[in-house]
Amino acid sequence: MTTELMPLWEVFIRPRNGLNHKHVGSVHAADAKMAMQAARDVYTRREEGNSIWIIPASSIVASDPANASENFDPAADKIYRHPSFYDIPDEVGHM
Amino acid sequence: MYSQGLIGAETETEETAEFLDAFQSRIDAEEKIEPNDPMPHAYRKTLIRMIGQHAHSEIVGMLPEGNWITRAPSLRRKVALLAKVQDEGGHGLYLYSAAETLGVSREQMTEELLSGTAKYSSIFNYPTPTWADIGAIGWLVDGAAIMNQVPLCRCSYGPYARAMIRVCKEESFHQRQGYELMKSLTEGNEDQKAMAQDALNRWWWPSLMMFGPSDTASQHSDQSMKWKIKRFTNDELRQKFVDATVPQAALIGLTMPDPDLTWNQGKNNGDGGYDFGEIDWDEFWRVVKGHGMMNKDRIKARKKAWDEGKWVRDAALAYAAKQNSKAA
Repeated sequence: MTTELMPLWEVFIRPRNGLNHKHVGSVHAADAKMAMQAARDVYTRREEGNSIWIIPASSIVASDPANASENFDPAADKIYRHPSFYDIPDEVGHM
Repeated sequence: MYSQGLIGAETETEETAEFLDAFQSRIDAEEKIEPNDPMPHAYRKTLIRMIGQHAHSEIVGMLPEGNWITRAPSLRRKVALLAKVQDEGGHGLYLYSAAETLGVSREQMTEELLSGTAKYSSIFNYPTPTWADIGAIGWLVDGAAIMNQVPLCRCSYGPYARAMIRVCKEESFHQRQGYELMKSLTEGNEDQKAMAQDALNRWWWPSLMMFGPSDTASQHSDQSMKWKIKRFTNDELRQKFVDATVPQAALIGLTMPDPDLTWNQGKNNGDGGYDFGEIDWDEFWRVVKGHGMMNKDRIKARKKAWDEGKWVRDAALAYAAKQNSKAA
């Protein structure tokens, strides 16, 4: 097929106020308005949300899985960033 | 709705033993594989083929049921059928979206469907001549699909598993509305009862075929199980479906069209299960290879929709380009 590819949009839905928008999938559409309509039809047929974000898939910058260890492993040995690292007397109760 | 036991899979590989072992240990540790992760070529190809077949099945599956929307006998049945067919379209889109994360384009998948290179579930190459067929499809075809799809929610490939979770959530109503429809026909007059039985007679065997070739004939099952793309073999799922469905037929006074169907207490590790007759595998392969009753019509309908939608796609793209250039 020699036709121009229909742009891809990633879709994020917020299930209800108080929660984050969460990635649910993608749609193809020529422009943002049509992408929004398609996202609404495809991803909210059963009250899945009250707000939709759509983003051109080409605009997303993703970290490279090949760099996952240098990106994320350094956090693994920094247990002093967690409250359970510190000893306090039991008598103090909840802190 | 409608995945079918995978037909054909890739097993060739060019990766080193170290790479494959490391990949396998991620799978064994129940880690999900995500789109940009390194994965064996054969894993990627198998998933593209499997998710693509599944997506096409959803889309083609809209046709036999869509056929009855205008003739549904009541408003209640019409809204149910409309919602169901719309869901199938949605399921197709979730799945295409999952397949695209593996590097195949929507256009390429569409092209493969229209040219006949890609398969879809053989079940949709059977016609829907009566209203009872809508009941039989919901009850049996969606029932079989659910059996197949629930384990796919735990598939090792993240985007496919997530799409399947959404699909399974929506699917349950499909089966229930079909069974309810069949039940109300069996409570009707003699003609209506006969219509329900006739639909069951025609759909039972093709529904069993939906699980794909028998384990002894399906040479690619092993690797797919090892990579946790699949969790159960075709025959295991087929047996579960038979065991679940036979009592449902009895409950509404219908008879399974299988004289060999008998209870066998020794099956399923002593829990019992049904022995059933031999599936007509010649028919299965005939339909898969394009010689079912409706293969030509289904592809013709998809091609017509694609061709006649071309000017709309072109116009939408041209309009978007114009708006963008104005904004720039």
